[in-house]
Amino acid sequence: MSRMAVETLDNESTIVNMGPQHPSTHGVINLRLQLKGEVIEAVDPNVGFLHRSIEKIAELTQYTGFIPYTDRIDYLGAMFGNMGYCMAVEKLLGVEVPRRAQYMRVIACELNRIINHLIACGTMSMDLGAFTPFLHGIREREKVNDMMEKICGARLNYNYMRFGGVSLDYMPGLDKEILAFLDRFERFLPEFNRLITGNEIFVQRLLHVGVIPKETAIHYGLGGPNLRASGVDFDVRRDYPYSVYPEFSFDVVTGGHYPGECGDSYARYMVRIDEMRQSARLVRQAVEGLPEGEYLAKVARNPVPPKGEVYSKVESVRGEMGFYLVSDGTDKPYRLKVRTSSFCAMSVMPEIGPGLMVADMTAFFGSLDVVAPEVDR
Amino acid sequence: MKYLFDSLTANWNLSPWMTTLALVLWVVVITAGVLVFMATFAGFTSWVERRIAGRMQSRIGPNRVGPFGGLQWLADGLKCFLKEDVIPKATDPVLFRLAPYLVFPGGFAAFAALPFGYGIAASNIDIGIFYITAITSLVVIGILMAGWSSNNKWSLIGGVRSAAQIISYEIPGGLAILTVVVLAGTLNMHELVVAQGGWPWHWFIFRNPFTFVAFFIFFASILAEGNRTPFDLPEAESELVAGYLTEYTGMRFLFFLFTEWANVWVISALLTTLFLGGWQIPGITDLGATIAAATSLGKWFWVLLSVAMFFIKTSALVFLVIQIRWTLPRLRVDQLMIMCWKYLVPMGFVTLLGSAIFLVLPREGAWAWFHLSVQGIMTLIGFAIVAGLIGRAWYNIHALKDRISLENWL
Repeated sequence: MSRMAVETLDNESTIVNMGPQHPSTHGVINLRLQLKGEVIEAVDPNVGFLHRSIEKIAELTQYTGFIPYTDRIDYLGAMFGNMGYCMAVEKLLGVEVPRRAQYMRVIACELNRIINHLIACGTMSMDLGAFTPFLHGIREREKVNDMMEKICGARLNYNYMRFGGVSLDYMPGLDKEILAFLDRFERFLPEFNRLITGNEIFVQRLLHVGVIPKETAIHYGLGGPNLRASGVDFDVRRDYPYSVYPEFSFDVVTGGHYPGECGDSYARYMVRIDEMRQSARLVRQAVEGLPEGEYLAKVARNPVPPKGEVYSKVESVRGEMGFYLVSDGTDKPYRLKVRTSSFCAMSVMPEIGPGLMVADMTAFFGSLDVVAPEVDR
Repeated sequence: MKYLFDSLTANWNLSPWMTTLALVLWVVVITAGVLVFMATFAGFTSWVERRIAGRMQSRIGPNRVGPFGGLQWLADGLKCFLKEDVIPKATDPVLFRLAPYLVFPGGFAAFAALPFGYGIAASNIDIGIFYITAITSLVVIGILMAGWSSNNKWSLIGGVRSAAQIISYEIPGGLAILTVVVLAGTLNMHELVVAQGGWPWHWFIFRNPFTFVAFFIFFASILAEGNRTPFDLPEAESELVAGYLTEYTGMRFLFFLFTEWANVWVISALLTTLFLGGWQIPGITDLGATIAAATSLGKWFWVLLSVAMFFIKTSALVFLVIQIRWTLPRLRVDQLMIMCWKYLVPMGFVTLLGSAIFLVLPREGAWAWFHLSVQGIMTLIGFAIVAGLIGRAWYNIHALKDRISLENWL
């Protein structure tokens, strides 16, 4: 790994600050680039601008009171913060979640995955200079947001899940609406692909750019689409099954069979596109097989779990999201550690960045789909 | 427009120095006219672009100021004039102030030689197209100056990128221009149009397969020279913040944008003039003779019709340029250079050579049929491409099976 050394900087190199106020760093992230002409010699990701002490807040808040904070860990994949935290506390409490609630959780999570990947693919095309696909993605996201509003009353920070289930039952006819959206989504994705995915300029900008080899991906602990695009066949939903995921059939999308090479930016982009299809498939199965029954188990409003420690992990939109929870028998957690994949994605940049051009950097950074609050928490 | 001046002053019996004074006044009037025209069209194009972009992106776009938001550009222009003129401390103040004034004439002076209709050009100079390519090169000096004097690393990268890009793309652009210049045998913009005809198969683009290719080479090069997507690397919002524009505010910023939108119009007008028959009216073989034979009212009719033809073609191209901007991603620097030096320049030489070969082919007897059939086939291919584009757009518009409604948009 090449680090930046200002003392040894020769006259031909220059250091520029990409961010924290830069159009393509998606939030408050600062990348210090050492440039020689337009070629990057070293990258120094500088994180922490959005640190909000979420883990410390958890120690000062009652268990239930912390659920809304989990939305804010990753605001584009808020459902997964909910899910991971609720699963951890449920494990600690020994609560059995009703099957209907499990299904509703899966539907909400997978819809959230579709939302996030639409934004990820859209912003990535925006980083490459194409503005229109982003807004087409936003338009479809709006449709899901409308549904999310009916599901849980919120559009971005959902605060949907509770210990032992979810906060609201479906209003009548909502399942049909979700199915209607899925039908539309099947038509939308090919249109989106015709607009941008098949575009020659777009493909040429991404092929062989920012290749993360398999070993590096594992070494740095990447997760989700970034990991799978490097050819690692790993998905928490399948390999460490949780909730009712084992009851559904879905494929884990990995890179390697796309044009270009395994682990390049195009593979990461395509994995996201194909994962949207799989999520739509999961939602369809879950809606069609939605059982009747309770949507929320009987759990005390402010539960006091017994002493102990648990680790729960979910396959978040950005990869494995882990909650390590230690309880000392009071109504507040003793310690909560959140493991997020964006942080790992940031840490891989100094390794892969050198040798890229400035324009490649935005493509590479976009393909990692890093969300600033998830990096810093 | 000297002939208009001559015909006006013919009966006035002015002394020589009065004539000179009148000529100077005339030049001032014409310049003001062109400036107003350019300002109006640059502003109007900005509004059109934003509305088209809005429609393409499922949003509405500016629709508040004036009918359909048509005066939005005036409001924006006024706003920019009222903004504080910030000149950062670390800049080179002289160059920083000077740069917009170098960029602006680069875009503006090209209007002087554009033939908007039969005899409607501010100046019908013999080296018209050469003058335009020369004067538009002035833009690069201004942009480089802006990039350097801003004392901002992103600006500098943008400025240097721009210099490399514009200078490189002058070459394929020039070769493509030469292709038609060889066919017409003149650099005069008026004569270049006269050498073409009204119907599509008379246009230079469909004259032979090589000019057909040259059209696309010229299109790509001139988009690159005008810093338009997919070649907008000097500004490259997502990479370089705003490139050479980063430190500019208010009126100076406006000058750059102004030139950019005026450039859209110049790009389309050049393409129309060189390849798409300019102001030629279908069915009229010799417009000059027709006008000479017409009554005074008829003269105006024919001239206005020729202006209308020019504007229809140019507007269609403006639409295309805008559509390209909002559809395509941006090339990378090395890809941009590869495209220029490895593909466009060699292809430019081939088209020049091929077009010259077509020129020396005999045109009598059976050869006349050969030329006509080549023109016919090229025209058919051209229309097939246009039809394919429209069909694809139609298919994609209806792909989602949404209800198409323009209510909200209008």
